[in-house]
Amino acid sequence: MVLRLSKITKRFGKVVANDAVSLDLARGEVVALLGENGAGKTTLMNILFGQYAADEGFVEVFGHRLPPGSPRAALEAGVGMVHQHFTLAENLTVWENITLGTMPLFGRSLAARGAKARIRDLAADFKLAVDPDALVSDLTVGERQRVEILKALYRDARILILDEPTAVLTPQEADGLFATLRKAVEQGLSVVFISHKLHEVMAIADRVVVLRHGRLAATRKTAETTREELASLMVIGATQSPEFATRPAGPALMTLTGVGTGTDMGGVPLRDVTMTLHGGQITGLAGVSGNGQAALSDLVAGLLAPTAGQMQLAEVQVANWSPRQALAHGIARIPEDRHKTGTIADFDLTENAMLEQYNTEFAHRGWINWRKARVHAERLIDTYDIRCPGPDTRIRLLSGGNMQKLILGRALETDPTIILANQPVRGLDIGAVNYVHTRLGEARDRGAAVLLISEDLDEIMKLSDVIHVISEGRLSPGFARGSIDAAGLGAWMAGDGFAEATHAS
Amino acid sequence: MRLEPISNPTLARRVVPPAVAIAASFLIAALLAMIAGGNPFQVFGLIIQGALGSKFAILETLNRATPLIFTGLAVAVAFRAKLWNIGAEAQLYMGAVVTVVLGTGAVAWPAGLLLPLIVVVAVLAGGILLLVPAVLKTRLGVDEVVTTLLFNFIFLLFVSYLLEGPLKDPMGMGWPKSARLVSEARLPRIVDGLRLHWGFGLALIAAAAIWVIDRFTTLGFEMRAVGQNAEAARFAGIPVNPVILKTALLSGGLAAMAGFSEVAGLKGSLTQDLSPGYGYTGIVVAMLALLHPLGVVVAALFVAAIFVGADSMSRAAGVPTYLADIMLATALLLTVLAILITKFRVRRD
Amino acid sequence: MDVIEILMSASFWAAAIRIASPLIFATLGELVCERAGVLNLGIEGIMVAGAFAGWIAVWAGLPLWGGVGVAMVAGMGFGALHGVLSVLFGLSQHVVGVGITLLATSLTFYTYRVALPEVSTPPKIEAFQVYEIPILSKIPVIGPALFAQTPLTYLAFGLAGALAWGLYRTPLGLAIRAVGESPASVAAQGLSVAALRMGAVIFGSGLMAVGGAFLTMSAFDSFFFDMVNGRGWICIALVVFGAWRPGKALLGAILFAAFDAFQIRLQQTGIGAHVPYQIFLMMPYILSILALVLMSRRASVPAALMVPFNKGER
Repeated sequence: MVLRLSKITKRFGKVVANDAVSLDLARGEVVALLGENGAGKTTLMNILFGQYAADEGFVEVFGHRLPPGSPRAALEAGVGMVHQHFTLAENLTVWENITLGTMPLFGRSLAARGAKARIRDLAADFKLAVDPDALVSDLTVGERQRVEILKALYRDARILILDEPTAVLTPQEADGLFATLRKAVEQGLSVVFISHKLHEVMAIADRVVVLRHGRLAATRKTAETTREELASLMVIGATQSPEFATRPAGPALMTLTGVGTGTDMGGVPLRDVTMTLHGGQITGLAGVSGNGQAALSDLVAGLLAPTAGQMQLAEVQVANWSPRQALAHGIARIPEDRHKTGTIADFDLTENAMLEQYNTEFAHRGWINWRKARVHAERLIDTYDIRCPGPDTRIRLLSGGNMQKLILGRALETDPTIILANQPVRGLDIGAVNYVHTRLGEARDRGAAVLLISEDLDEIMKLSDVIHVISEGRLSPGFARGSIDAAGLGAWMAGDGFAEATHAS
Repeated sequence: MRLEPISNPTLARRVVPPAVAIAASFLIAALLAMIAGGNPFQVFGLIIQGALGSKFAILETLNRATPLIFTGLAVAVAFRAKLWNIGAEAQLYMGAVVTVVLGTGAVAWPAGLLLPLIVVVAVLAGGILLLVPAVLKTRLGVDEVVTTLLFNFIFLLFVSYLLEGPLKDPMGMGWPKSARLVSEARLPRIVDGLRLHWGFGLALIAAAAIWVIDRFTTLGFEMRAVGQNAEAARFAGIPVNPVILKTALLSGGLAAMAGFSEVAGLKGSLTQDLSPGYGYTGIVVAMLALLHPLGVVVAALFVAAIFVGADSMSRAAGVPTYLADIMLATALLLTVLAILITKFRVRRD
Repeated sequence: MDVIEILMSASFWAAAIRIASPLIFATLGELVCERAGVLNLGIEGIMVAGAFAGWIAVWAGLPLWGGVGVAMVAGMGFGALHGVLSVLFGLSQHVVGVGITLLATSLTFYTYRVALPEVSTPPKIEAFQVYEIPILSKIPVIGPALFAQTPLTYLAFGLAGALAWGLYRTPLGLAIRAVGESPASVAAQGLSVAALRMGAVIFGSGLMAVGGAFLTMSAFDSFFFDMVNGRGWICIALVVFGAWRPGKALLGAILFAAFDAFQIRLQQTGIGAHVPYQIFLMMPYILSILALVLMSRRASVPAALMVPFNKGER
């Protein structure tokens, strides 16, 4: 037994994130921690890693109890963690990120040469190709993950914790990751693999631990269980997940022809993007994050204007493109980050609900009509089932799902013709996911054109009538529902198809 | 250590920390007064007496509060939109310069026209002075804290040049001092015989107006939204940079009103020591008021009382007046800490 | 011509180096703070406090280097206060910094009045003397400029080198650079973000105070109320101008000081008689703003500058 979590309980205010959860890990074993969003997986691992201190219970590594709340102790005991959101300093090199904190702080030298040699050796051993001298900001998402894993291996970690590691990878990159993990297990490492994707869990894990609402729901050997059983253990009494059948395309509501964007906003710009959003259809955009999704999203949302090519709304050429223009043209927007972009944390629900129409619907000659705004907020709360004390509540206090419902309601209430949905269900529990998907489906059936951007291929393939893949700012041709499988999309995500497409043209 | 937001703070939680903060700054001042050989009870007694002990004292406090209300509002308006205007001192002097340029005989209009003219030009000039750092911020990303601070030094030197050159009073016996304002350019007293000028009335009106803008207009909504989360504001269609520039005009204009009111209401002419740092004290006032425009009035009165009281205390007890500055600086730091404690719980883990 | 003559004279460059010295200390101090992610606007007040503390300690009988130590400790005290409020509690670095400047300045003036109640002119101390480095100081122009300075100036130059080495060649330097870029990555590697930032702010503030002490203990031999006069703010501009690198910051400070020394000399020439002296006095501040504007486009700001780190936040 290399690791033992015993009766861990953690509360955040009134919310119990972990309720007396226990977990064991043997040498050379891969345990998957399965559960939907909000089940408490990440909290549990953050306690193991010492980033949070448990309210009750303890962690034992190789028979020794870890002092609570000390990542340093966890690291020294041989625990390495690959966070879902990478913890890398972008302006430092790979080797600097890896060696950070591994030497006595007041040592005289960084011993760079030895460190780099060791990193190269580890990289070769574990098939984690990366250049130690590269700046992290120049790396792809997949390479960054390799650096994260190298960070743990460099410290001789015996236990690897990976939090949703495949969320940001192409299917092919995920296979590479699994190969690395198998290699690690061969060398006697143990792995905790956090996921909510059943097929991955079945593929890599020896044993599955299911968390539900912060409690341990079940433990199963992978060999003795099925995906169906795991799904039912993960969620009990879930709402019906909506069905999406293909519908005929309506009129073209937005047409991009050879669109490019500038680089001054940072991030990957669009290169020669051509696509059409049709009414009555959901167009899905698949791709590894950081390949130009942000630019396309900003373009549709009005934050970014094209620097090349044409952008037409129905028949109209757009000019002076801005968020206000986008809103005026009936484009509803669900932004990627509901905390940073979608809402203002210390504004109340009324103010957040009127945010996109404060100067049109809810004001007259510069004076705000607060009564009307409040009524509007109350209507959204009713219609979209937003759980909150009332319209005067600061939105910071709402759960992610309720926050997203407000954003969804704010967007859909305007009866939009085009809907931009950027990662609309990220981090939501299954009930909220189904709710958002159902509403998007209804909007499509009413004739709206929906652009769905997601890193979750399952979500894209389930909802979309047409799928485009984005890679390095380039857009693949559209694939109709059912005409391409995950492996095919994965190849495009890795940038494979584009070269041929260029040759062909 | 970790901070955790509190969902519904109790009344005690909202009131006690700021009160403790003020009390603590008094306590620190008492200790310092003792070090200087004063009896803290006597020192505070003298401060209160000096600030509120007579009709003259109260009027003096109200007069002293007037520029602080203006600079406090200037800072509050800017800080709410996260425009860090530390240059109220320069903007104040800009208002004063405009007042002297227009009010010493250059424009021969009756008071009913001349005063509004001066106000409009002063407000615009003060606003434009802050517009420069604001544009540098929005266009080039230059931090406005440093530029507004540096502007203070530049503008004070400019004032020094004016007072020794173009604006020098020919009858001033060589002192660097402007000519006196014509009577049409002087702000009248609110009540005959009482030494309190209309600048104070204007300050109260300004505070009320800012409160109305803040609460009921789209501009106020925009400024708050930009200050709280500029990215979300931009996404929602709020023109962020124009809002910052409007905020700059408003803030700089308010600070310029302080200079106008001091010259036209109190001093009658411009000297280089017109402001003993009202622009900087405005930051303390605004923070003590939690950036609320009506709170600024209360905070300005409090701060003015301490300054006026400290002056007379210093004469009587021999404790340096800088005690007042120390009290305000500690009050500023402790208040921001207290505000944090009203909103967050500090957890150790 | 006048101008060429000025630029060629050793005394001009000696003056430039002398003017640069306090700026070098304070700029390096600010640089350390900002590299760790903390904008320290307490710099102006801390310089005032350092100028006073070092001077009064020597006046009270301490040796000169003891005075430097006292100044440094005073600065570190204010740095610790800044750190507690801005790092541990994550309060706005703008507000905390301005508050520290107000507090340090008023506390200094108060202490001065209490310590020296009856004086009209402040007493003088036996300040640092010029130490001519043998041989090197005999090199024409460069010698008298660089190698006939007070020990504090030599210390300032040594410090720039030491900091450049420390930041880029030691584990602690790497940790400080990382904490200013991505505190989360530092925490994930088992280091304490709070401790690193606190340490940087305290150390940096100590350097700022030594910069202030240079004014009373090396450049002059006494303390005046408006002696710092915006130098702290100028140093913040110099950090930006130096792109957060010790070597470039050193060059920036010297360049800036050369301009300053030049305008002082220009005042005494024929041109000076026709231009109001205030214009010359404005030059340092205007130059600072120009420096900020020029560097604005290419400056590589530490990514986490002014971003507080709260472990619980997600």
